[in-house]
Amino acid sequence: MDGDDRLYDRAPGVEHLESTANVLSYTVGLGFAILLTIASFVVSQTNFLWGPGVPVGLIVLAFAQIGVHLVFFLHLGSGPDNTNNILALAFGLMVVFLVITGSVWIIANLNANMMPMPVHLPR
Amino acid sequence: MTIATVDAVPTELVPGRGGGGPAPTRTVVAYGFWIFILSDITMFSGLFAAYAVLSSRTAGGPTGNEVFNLRHVFIETACLLVSSYTCGLGALSAERRQRDRFLVFAACTFVLGAAFLFIEISEFAGMVRADAGPGRSAFLSAFFALVGMHGAHVTSGLVWLAYMVAQVVVKGLRPHVLRRLLCFSLFWHALDIIWIGVITLVYLMGAR
Repeated sequence: MDGDDRLYDRAPGVEHLESTANVLSYTVGLGFAILLTIASFVVSQTNFLWGPGVPVGLIVLAFAQIGVHLVFFLHLGSGPDNTNNILALAFGLMVVFLVITGSVWIIANLNANMMPMPVHLPR
Repeated sequence: MTIATVDAVPTELVPGRGGGGPAPTRTVVAYGFWIFILSDITMFSGLFAAYAVLSSRTAGGPTGNEVFNLRHVFIETACLLVSSYTCGLGALSAERRQRDRFLVFAACTFVLGAAFLFIEISEFAGMVRADAGPGRSAFLSAFFALVGMHGAHVTSGLVWLAYMVAQVVVKGLRPHVLRRLLCFSLFWHALDIIWIGVITLVYLMGAR
């Protein structure tokens, strides 16, 4: 990329060639991702966390890892040249959040209000 | 770096928010593909929601704990993670016009992606043979829909990668080939992000 690169908006995943920091960025990202993956498996398979807290722990670790991927692999930043990317991402996350929590919430309510069904109904 | 620029240039040239005038084609293409990826993730959120709602509806059939093999899932995750790394290094080599290094990294990415797909398909085949196919229960339908959709994306990513390698070999690392490569690496990293959601919701929470 050339010198007036920084005058423009930046798109996700676009490399910047000014230094070797890119290989470093990918390597650091891979290191963090491996650590977080191992942590997820450990949390899920051992009693390291208090039982009912395990799903919360797993969700926190998953979000941390998604953050690592966005920053180190997709090079998303918080600078003004990234505003468009972050806004689009925020909108996407909002839709994802609405779809998933909305579905779970509604179906949990339906299940709670359902008449008890006879067990011998054909499935 | 950017802060100094903001102070130095007039306000109409402030970086970002369109301040520098029309962005280069490369930025426009990558941004458009970023929008596509976000819409793809939105599509996946529907499958995630279906799985979250249906995961306890096993209809007397096998539960997640019985059918998931976490060791295989760990190997799959490692394959996908390292392939994301080699894909990034390949994109970097392509940017630096290092064609041979790009081809080596692309080959690594392809082999790791194919290994992931091989393990996944043999898992699926084993489940179908053990009467735990998608028709057995609502839980398994949602499972095959979600994980199968991710696998289908990985398959199309592999086809795309082979096509990109052919383009690099035939046309060389021209700007429009580099733009397509940029879109491919965005796609491949996004598959990794979706896989994180899959292992967390499906495998790690399901196999406890």
